[in-house]
Amino acid sequence: MSVALPSADIARALTRISHEILERNGGSKNLVLLGIPTRGAHLAERVASIIQTIESKSVPVGTLDITLHRDDLRLRPPRALMPTKIPPTGIEGKDVVLIDDVFFSGRTIRAALDALGEIGRPRTVQLAVLVDRGHRELPIRADYVGKNLPTSLEQSVKVHLSEIDGVDEVLVGKAGEL
Amino acid sequence: MKHLLSINDLNQREAIAILDTAAELARVSDAPMKKLPTLRGRTIVNLFAEDSTRTRISFEAAAKRLSADVINFSAKGSSVSKGESLKDTAQTLQAMGADAVIIRHSASGAAHRLASSQWMSGTVINAGDGTHEHPSQALLDSYTLRKHLMHGAKNLEGLHIAIVGDILHSRVARSNVLLLSKLGATVTLVAPPTLLPVGIESWPAKVSYDLDEVVADIDAIMMLRVQSERMNELFFPNAREYSRYFGLNTDRVKRMKKDSIIMHPGPMNRGLEITADVADSARSVIVEQVSNGVSVRMAILFTLLTGEGIESGALA
Repeated sequence: MSVALPSADIARALTRISHEILERNGGSKNLVLLGIPTRGAHLAERVASIIQTIESKSVPVGTLDITLHRDDLRLRPPRALMPTKIPPTGIEGKDVVLIDDVFFSGRTIRAALDALGEIGRPRTVQLAVLVDRGHRELPIRADYVGKNLPTSLEQSVKVHLSEIDGVDEVLVGKAGEL
Repeated sequence: MKHLLSINDLNQREAIAILDTAAELARVSDAPMKKLPTLRGRTIVNLFAEDSTRTRISFEAAAKRLSADVINFSAKGSSVSKGESLKDTAQTLQAMGADAVIIRHSASGAAHRLASSQWMSGTVINAGDGTHEHPSQALLDSYTLRKHLMHGAKNLEGLHIAIVGDILHSRVARSNVLLLSKLGATVTLVAPPTLLPVGIESWPAKVSYDLDEVVADIDAIMMLRVQSERMNELFFPNAREYSRYFGLNTDRVKRMKKDSIIMHPGPMNRGLEITADVADSARSVIVEQVSNGVSVRMAILFTLLTGEGIESGALA
């Protein structure tokens, strides 16, 4: 097991992603950030606060739980539902940025797109992830990537964030080791 | 957990998980688009060998909101009324590929029989068996109590609940006593001695014969229906006397705590165990219990019907 991204690198990656989001969308005016629980939700909060420092105005941030839209519900043990909190501005006609910790098969994001479709019709949907570990199974890719981390399928990637785990780090190790 | 036959199938953590899931699913019932793809392609059979309004339509609504296919099957109008046995009915359902059977039956233990037999392989959910248990009703009652009285806490620690009336015939009371005590609430059963079952002293609840003595210190009162259809002997002298001693009327409600709530699993006998003005008063959450029932039953179906592919080896 090794640390692929230490705390300082995570902070720098999130700052860069925040700038890229602002650059691509021409500011924060039409933005809505939605984090995918659990860790994506904390990342979304962090990106929102970085954007607030840069632009000196706040950006709507919420969470989107995708459990009920997963395609592997039969194959995994029942999981707890996490809160979905859509900011009061809604997502209709907005530029929605989905934020998650690890991008792997793309199935989570497919489920997220389905979940979004039930809430409204955003103008655009973009995807920001802290780590892209490869092995896409669907034609979906991230718009903003903290770090590309090529891994084998035998490996697993774990993101720790200080809000939950007490420390910021991205670990890579053999599956079952983390 | 494959089946839900009794509250004893759940430990405290699992019960709370179902209530939490229901709270998230309640959002769906409020959304303009009341449909989720979660159980798409799954077949759920409502096997109702006894009359029901609320439980059947609420399970049906819950299953449909999760996109399952629902087959309604009631004893009247089916071969059950021609004398077909539970076994033959179950094998028919198995042959049709039912993933889950929600069963209501007048015989205590019918759900258990269905689940422990080899007649069918699907999930069995007990929607009321005789005078035994009605776990989904208890879960929705606890959900309603938690939502109104617990201000964000997960369990029901510190609450005092009275369950009043026909305890003897009530599967709702049995399941509620088990679940409420599991979640940390204190329960007092109030009934005439003739309407209390044998062995009541072993239940995790206090017993009182005097409603007026109890009414001032409780946080919620659950009135039970007097089940005349199950009463083949005389349990109380007459309806007026029952109603005077054990009915909930405006005078008694006035002596209840300010924030306390009034519950009834339905169907009500207005004028017998509860007066019409109390049933329709602001403190009554009887109608809300019904809408909470849909969210809680969605949570039950979600919990029991996801992950079942693991056992059948579908992961490989």
